[in-house]
Amino acid sequence: MKIHEYQAKQILSRFNVNIPKGEVTDSPAKAREIAEKIGPRVVLKAQVHAGGRGKGGGIKLAQDPSEAEKLAHDMIGMTLITHQTGPEGKLVKKIMVEEALDIDKELYIGIVIDRAKEAPVIMASSEGGMEIEKVAAETPDLIYKEYIDPATGFQGFQARKLAFKLGLEGNTLKQTIKFIIALYKAFEASDASLAEINPMLITKQGDVFALDAKMNFDDNALKRHPDIAEMRDLDEEDPLEVEAGKFDLNYIKLDGSVGCMVNGAGLAMATMDIIMLKGAMPANFLDVGGGVSEEAIKNAFRILVSDPDVKAALVNIFGGIVRCDLVASGIVKASKELGVKIPMVIRLEGTNVEEGKKILEESGLEFYSAGGMEEAAEKVVPLTGQ
Amino acid sequence: MSILIDEKTRVVVQGITGGEGTFHTERMLEYGTKVVAGVTPGKGGLTHLGVPVYNTVAEAVEKEEANAAAIFVPPYFAADAIMEAADSGVNLVVCISEGIPTFDMIKAKLYLKANNCQLIGPNTPGVISPGKCKIGIMPGHIHTQGSIGIISRSGTLTYEAVAQVSEQGYGQSTAIGIGGDPIVGLKYIELLEMFKKDNETEAVVLIGEIGGTAEEEAAAYIKAEFNKPVVSFIAGQTAPPGRRMGHAGAIIAGGKGTAKEKMEALEDAGVYVAKNPAEMGTKIKESLG
Repeated sequence: MKIHEYQAKQILSRFNVNIPKGEVTDSPAKAREIAEKIGPRVVLKAQVHAGGRGKGGGIKLAQDPSEAEKLAHDMIGMTLITHQTGPEGKLVKKIMVEEALDIDKELYIGIVIDRAKEAPVIMASSEGGMEIEKVAAETPDLIYKEYIDPATGFQGFQARKLAFKLGLEGNTLKQTIKFIIALYKAFEASDASLAEINPMLITKQGDVFALDAKMNFDDNALKRHPDIAEMRDLDEEDPLEVEAGKFDLNYIKLDGSVGCMVNGAGLAMATMDIIMLKGAMPANFLDVGGGVSEEAIKNAFRILVSDPDVKAALVNIFGGIVRCDLVASGIVKASKELGVKIPMVIRLEGTNVEEGKKILEESGLEFYSAGGMEEAAEKVVPLTGQ
Repeated sequence: MSILIDEKTRVVVQGITGGEGTFHTERMLEYGTKVVAGVTPGKGGLTHLGVPVYNTVAEAVEKEEANAAAIFVPPYFAADAIMEAADSGVNLVVCISEGIPTFDMIKAKLYLKANNCQLIGPNTPGVISPGKCKIGIMPGHIHTQGSIGIISRSGTLTYEAVAQVSEQGYGQSTAIGIGGDPIVGLKYIELLEMFKKDNETEAVVLIGEIGGTAEEEAAAYIKAEFNKPVVSFIAGQTAPPGRRMGHAGAIIAGGKGTAKEKMEALEDAGVYVAKNPAEMGTKIKESLG
């Protein structure tokens, strides 16, 4: 799960990670008040789940409270387009108003789980403010790493190693060591999957701040962090995906024209891939899960066909524990109830496949049948009109 | 032969009296798996599906000589169940549960290492040596005994591979779902090492997907050490970056973990890479032809 910058800063401040003074608001008048309190100079930052905000006009410096109010007026309600939002952009509903600090240096600190080493890794770099993927690709020797031993936890010497490698001294060095230790505590205690401070700012006075903050969380652990789970902003997500989530369906909206309904995530991806190989693109990823019930199929269909880009549908079910006859009657019922009008190719395989095919054939439902996933893809692509 | 499990495997099912545990224990017994004990804390002394139930795995191992554990418990209790199994002295744990927090798994893996115990999963359909033993939730009847080893991060895509391989006239020695999570037990390399030593296995189908670097690590191992044909398909060629595709581990993060990188690494290792998921079976035939 992703959260906003202001929410990440709320969590981090609980763990004593140093953050600039600031508040979040959705009102220009309130932006002025905040600037009067912490300013006069303040930075306004659009709160959307996307990076690259500065270039898109989502980060602005105001010299005084009245300029803050004016800029806030322009920013709240704007559609912000960055390289991460896609061409449709994202609506800005809230902004952060933060004290403007005098920048001396911008550094990078990030924590993720390293899957190969099966341990969290802290990465630090003197090249802050840039995308870390770019630094990793171009100058990998400028990224310093410390792996955390899960048995003993993060040690002080590891924070010191990183801070010294960053070339810091005196009070700044001490603050950075404390900063990294506090950041790791926040990461572990909240079951995060990513904590990224880019940039970590060093002011002309030598003080250390998290200027930006990004945190993602392990979805599987959210139940033990109800306070974090509450931070989810459904407006940042695709409405069809939110709807699918209510029924425990894994649905992801994509750009193509073939709607897919599959049981199992791996087979769902493979189905998308074979559609591409046959000349069209998938409109979605949809895994109806292991226990495909009639109800699940109905909801899956409803969501799938409510995407206006879908020109044809491909159903690919490999029955295992789930029987194909049950799946077939679910499909028949759902398409009749919903009045599904788009052409549909159905491939059934596995347990009770013959009974399943019989139910489909006798239902009067209009559909194309396919013996294998290749045949299914070959049949569905021309139906999209491509 | 086969790897990991065979007719001598004696299984204890953790969570045997739960809904999932009951349903799949029945299927395993039907298949002929020797389910010798079940564990549900507080229900020790009962008999469920004809199987004696114990309060702890240690007791089940002591009384029934179980040497493998199958886990069907809710995700927040699953890491504890894995560690209990490792502590009891079984050699193999198969964890079916889906949705275990990553930090829990990191700790459970340390414990497994210290106790010299092997784990399959979590978030896996399990493992099957056709005709001998099945520990998991895969449909037993689609499998036939034979010479192809299968290793996969997926469930139904593995069934697809089994069906395609069978259509070409080959059975399976052992089929393993290693699990769809970011942190799992045995991965490709450990299993390829076992298949290398297994006389029954003539070729291996390696099914990967986007996310992580396990396929690239497997490719390096295959290039250096593996001496049998390998066929591979990587799911997620059309998956967008930054999105989790159903499995917790199936995500392209920071530009890493793409299907393209994995396919190139495997091709470079001499693996028969199927771009088309419908060609896993024919590629096996080609590799053995």
